[in-house]
Amino acid sequence: MSEASPAKAYALHLGAIALLFVLSFLLPEYYHGVLARIMVLAVFAMGYNMLFGYVGLLSLGHAMFFGAGLYGAGLAVIQLGWSVPAAFGAGLGCGAVLSLIIGLLALRTTGVAFMIVTMMFAQVFYLAILYFAAWTGGDQGMVVPQPARVLSFGATSLDLTNPTVRYICALSLFSLVLLITLAIVRSRYGRVLVAIRENEERTKMLGYDTFSNKLAAVVVSGTICAASGAAYALLFGYVGSSFASVQYSILPLLWVLLGGAATTLGPLIGTLFMYYVIDVTSGYTSAYLLIVGIALILLVLFFPKGILGSIRQRWLGWLP
Amino acid sequence: MTDKNGFFDLSKTTLTRRNALKGLAAGAGLAMAPGFVRYSQAQSSAPIKIGFQSHRTGIGAAYGRWYEKTTAAAIKAINAAGGINGRQVEVIIEDDGTDPGRGAEVVGKFATQHKTDIVFGTLFSHVVIGSAPAAGEAKMPYFVVSEGHHVASTKLNRYVFQPGITDVKSQIQSMAPWIAANAGKKVTQIFPDFAFGYDHRDYLPPALKAQGAEVIAQIAIPPTESSFTKYFPQIPAETEVIYHVMVGPAVLTFVKELGEFYGSNRPQLFGFIDSLEATDINSPGLEFLDGSHFWEGSPRYAQPDDSAAQKAYRAAVGIDDNGAAVGDPKDVSTAAHMFGCWETLYVVKKAMEDAGYKGPEDRAKLVEATEALKEFAEGPEHPQGPKTFNGKIHQCFGIQNISKVEGGKLKVVHKTKIEDGLYEAEGDYTTQAL
Repeated sequence: MSEASPAKAYALHLGAIALLFVLSFLLPEYYHGVLARIMVLAVFAMGYNMLFGYVGLLSLGHAMFFGAGLYGAGLAVIQLGWSVPAAFGAGLGCGAVLSLIIGLLALRTTGVAFMIVTMMFAQVFYLAILYFAAWTGGDQGMVVPQPARVLSFGATSLDLTNPTVRYICALSLFSLVLLITLAIVRSRYGRVLVAIRENEERTKMLGYDTFSNKLAAVVVSGTICAASGAAYALLFGYVGSSFASVQYSILPLLWVLLGGAATTLGPLIGTLFMYYVIDVTSGYTSAYLLIVGIALILLVLFFPKGILGSIRQRWLGWLP
Repeated sequence: MTDKNGFFDLSKTTLTRRNALKGLAAGAGLAMAPGFVRYSQAQSSAPIKIGFQSHRTGIGAAYGRWYEKTTAAAIKAINAAGGINGRQVEVIIEDDGTDPGRGAEVVGKFATQHKTDIVFGTLFSHVVIGSAPAAGEAKMPYFVVSEGHHVASTKLNRYVFQPGITDVKSQIQSMAPWIAANAGKKVTQIFPDFAFGYDHRDYLPPALKAQGAEVIAQIAIPPTESSFTKYFPQIPAETEVIYHVMVGPAVLTFVKELGEFYGSNRPQLFGFIDSLEATDINSPGLEFLDGSHFWEGSPRYAQPDDSAAQKAYRAAVGIDDNGAAVGDPKDVSTAAHMFGCWETLYVVKKAMEDAGYKGPEDRAKLVEATEALKEFAEGPEHPQGPKTFNGKIHQCFGIQNISKVEGGKLKVVHKTKIEDGLYEAEGDYTTQAL
């Protein structure tokens, strides 16, 4: 894999962001709304990719980080009456603290044990949501009231339920996380993460504290996922336990695998692809998950590195 | 009924987006005018489009299938009688996977791609709650058939209605007088440890207390549990009635193990048929339920005193005297709930006619016309029974049935009054802006 010059890499990513911005004006109404949702979910996938793609740690519990952001922001608005920025901050804080704690405990394991431990913690988180139903709304979830979903700057206020505002907010978050991800993976720290993925013992031998680096990656990954969850609660107005279920731990893994693990834009492509496969096939058959499964099998067989990963492998070796 | 999907169907959607681009629209206005006139003329005779948010897959699939059958039958009857405001009605189905996230996406799809006039038909509470914000933001009237208390709680928004089926709070409240008078005064509740169970946990004790009875124990069973024997010793010995609302596949095991625990000397049993919707009451293991009582919204089995409207409804939907699909006795329906689809569609018809509804621009009028409705008389449009409607909380109130398992069938032994299920309104949707 050759390295792209900084200008080339940033130009590609800024171009992608510009394209998404332009699409805001061109897309039909339905796809405009869908893309806003996909960008928020792609942030979840980018957070997952940070750990899975670059550090090689396969977690089956990232729904808890998404859920931490979702409930951290949602409950702050619903139960405490906080403003949107404060609630978003609360969501991020919940995700950061939770990922730090989970990282400290789960990183004592590796491989299959890491998968199981993260899945078990996520299950505890999910069941805790059900157990504290009086505050969380249990399995039914809660609505974030429409009047509370307003972003105020002095005398100006932006209604997050407005499709254009929502799209721009989703794009802003997506762009910020994309550029942060790109900066991290191109940094010295990012190279250490890849080194850990490739050969942890050798990285240790070279003098790096792999535990601290992995812990930082878990926190960054968990916080990004929480940002996605917080944005979902505030932009789409629903906080529910299904988003913390095991299904939502597996989904980002699939999105990343589809788009291309350890590629910065792969998570977006994977999320987009998966969304439309479900959206289109569910209109023709109730066995649409079978089609999704077949599509995944074919991809794994013929494009084991995912869509963007395969493109990088075969044609564009410089893709970050 | 048709399924429609338009992948990047620009013909349906570009107009709205172009309107958003005012600068371009100013220049394009003249060129577009002839087409727009044609569209306006066509609209008066174009079908009314109802988006049906169906649980085709996921945990609600058994309900979803029967909700679709009932909806198809109602639409066929409505169209045969001239449609709504002289226009035929078309139903567009989208599967929500019984998932709240997908549910919200589906409501968005109905609003912005299919451009339906309303969205209808959702059952599972978490999907309703997850989808309600999307409906409110799109200003899309959203008629659910869920029986959850979420609509009447006034925690959702002004566009969400439940006019065709009573809510669980009302159902529980109206069961209490019969339980206290006929089954026993000391009640132990066994319920699943999630929201459906919590409604029963929270609403039954005060309702029984008002009738001079009491809940002496509440046993919550985790949804992941597959064996129940260990919970039964928690049932107090003085229990006169076991009130059970277990749902899901584990219910057969639950009943079987309860039978093994008590043998022939059991307390009275009272349950909600939700546990056994789409399940044959004569399934192996359910023998223990013989002689027990169930709540039913609408009776599964044909009753000797069925009204002509009830008979016609059953025939139209295609269920036999045992509540199974005509020609397939094993395909048991969700009769206690699915009538809500039929009745809701007739409420929509009435409200659209009252509002003089012409198209999506009249959605606010439709909301107000629905809120203005007061009562629905028993008849072909409301075969389950008469109902009143509270426009402030967007919820109907009706009669309930209590049925006894007898000879492998459910026989209605008591019908409650509408008043039994009335309660104080918890808010007022009509104060919210449209």
